[in-house]
Amino acid sequence: MGTVSQTRAPGPPGGAPQDPPRTRSSRRARGGAARWVIPMAPALFLMLAFFAGPILWTVWASFTNEALTGAQAANTEFVGLDNFERLVQDTRFRAAAVLTVLFLLGSILGQTVLGLALALLLRNRHAAVRGAVGAVVVGAWVVPEVVAGFVWYAFLEREGTLNALLGAFGSEGQNWLFTAPLLAVVLANVWKGTAFSMMTYGAGLSEVPQDLEEAARVDGASGRQVLWYVVLPLLRRTLATTLLLITLQTVQVFTLIYVMTAGGPGSRSTTLPLLMYREALDLGDLGYGTAIALALLVVAGLFSIVYVRMLSKEEPA
Amino acid sequence: MTALRPRARSGSGRPRPSFAAVASPGRAAGAVLVHLVLAVLALLFLLPLLWMLFASVDGEATLRAGAPSAFTLDNFRAILTPEIVYRPLWNSVLTCGGAALITAFCSMLAAYPLSRYTLRFKRPFLYTVLFATGLPITAIMVPVYGLFVNAGLLNSLWATTLFLAASTLPFGIWLTKNFIDGIPIALEEAAWVDGASTWQSIRYLVAPLLAPGLAVVGIFTLVSTWGNFFVPFILLTSPDKMPAAVRVFTFFGQYGSVRYGELAAYSLLYTLPVVALYLAVSRAMGGRFTLGGAMKG
Repeated sequence: MGTVSQTRAPGPPGGAPQDPPRTRSSRRARGGAARWVIPMAPALFLMLAFFAGPILWTVWASFTNEALTGAQAANTEFVGLDNFERLVQDTRFRAAAVLTVLFLLGSILGQTVLGLALALLLRNRHAAVRGAVGAVVVGAWVVPEVVAGFVWYAFLEREGTLNALLGAFGSEGQNWLFTAPLLAVVLANVWKGTAFSMMTYGAGLSEVPQDLEEAARVDGASGRQVLWYVVLPLLRRTLATTLLLITLQTVQVFTLIYVMTAGGPGSRSTTLPLLMYREALDLGDLGYGTAIALALLVVAGLFSIVYVRMLSKEEPA
Repeated sequence: MTALRPRARSGSGRPRPSFAAVASPGRAAGAVLVHLVLAVLALLFLLPLLWMLFASVDGEATLRAGAPSAFTLDNFRAILTPEIVYRPLWNSVLTCGGAALITAFCSMLAAYPLSRYTLRFKRPFLYTVLFATGLPITAIMVPVYGLFVNAGLLNSLWATTLFLAASTLPFGIWLTKNFIDGIPIALEEAAWVDGASTWQSIRYLVAPLLAPGLAVVGIFTLVSTWGNFFVPFILLTSPDKMPAAVRVFTFFGQYGSVRYGELAAYSLLYTLPVVALYLAVSRAMGGRFTLGGAMKG
């Protein structure tokens, strides 16, 4: 991703080539700061008001007992690390954190394996095959999250399609949303997210020079060896970037789970976003809710560090 | 079996100097296997969606996907009322369309200096923008809710629109900057030499060349906000302001026994616009619009 800005901003002052002669520099002198302040003002305002503001407020509010109603709403107090102490001791929080990590790992594993498999299998196929399979997989991705939730609810419910299919093999029906809620939401999320990894890996694969693979083949490498020793190492950057984006996407999944199981049964599929919603909006404890939101960001951050290290470790060219 | 036919054509039709030309029996068997696996995978992805398609035209729809027992459009007829469909869809159009226009416009204004001028803060700013694209929006919704409550903006359509625009702006700016980078600066220089002002060169040169790119930014915003449930779910409270994303969810739990046929019909109505828009963008970008392309810049 770091390469992106290089197209026109080759960093340090030495950017001579695209800093053309007279006309431009004199023109620049004329406008002063106004030439960039004015056009950037609307975007800056929106992002400061709705992004930077709330984030700063998150950090502040997580140290207070800010609440929606009651005495605390009137006079919010600074409570120091109370919210975080409460977090650490809260068994529901710990359970939610574990569920979030399991949800993340399951989704990431499923999306990566399926996406990579599809990208590899679709490579060099006829356009019709690629188009047909691609349309179905991308279709799942384009469907709005609420609808994806409904569709999977219908698929996994006791009266749903899956049981109808299993019934044909004489298997007894069960409500999968009740017996395996986490697995159910992971499956739905993988179904929805695979298209993204398929597309990025497909784009990455198209840049892997095929003569390398052919050379390895000629030298007697098996298909699996070519994949493991030639293709995957060349895909490393794409892999790390995609994993990072999938993680940031997956860690915040709320709608899909909320529609399918609403966090239940009990709290067996209550991940951090659902717990945050319940604490902050159902129970009105904004301070505690934001503390959970911070924890969510920490989980995302920890995973990101792993990928960034994965990128930089083998970088020394 | 049908999947096999295209392969045969591709073997001879495509001038691919690699293995296809020297295909051994083993590879042919491998190709059959690959197509079989692909067919199974595609079927698995299609399976859950079938319910929505079938149930929406089924007079006695259940949760089970199956060929409609009695084909009917009653489900659509039942929900096509101002209160259930038209109003929420219009709210969606207002908020998401508004967000798309605002994002495209602000992105263009902000991206031009970022692409063309040498600014000291440019790199840190761009990295901040890039970081913001990945920020989990869910995580900031509680503070945003607090902000809206304190500022008296809760249940306001235009404030929600502005927030949606702000949440897609980082990606919009990033994308637009890359599009402007692709427009040769020599064109503008020629205009300047001929005496055009900066504004004129933007108005008559950059804007027309950027139009397809801005359309992509707008449609991308539209697609991603159209499907967003959490933001309106939290920021809008009264039923008459709910967009389709939230309305279809409340519709789900509204009646004692859920009318699955109508739910499927509503889901379908709500899904179709995004699918159409997505197809439009991917056509416009000639297959390059896979997000992968956007990421690589």
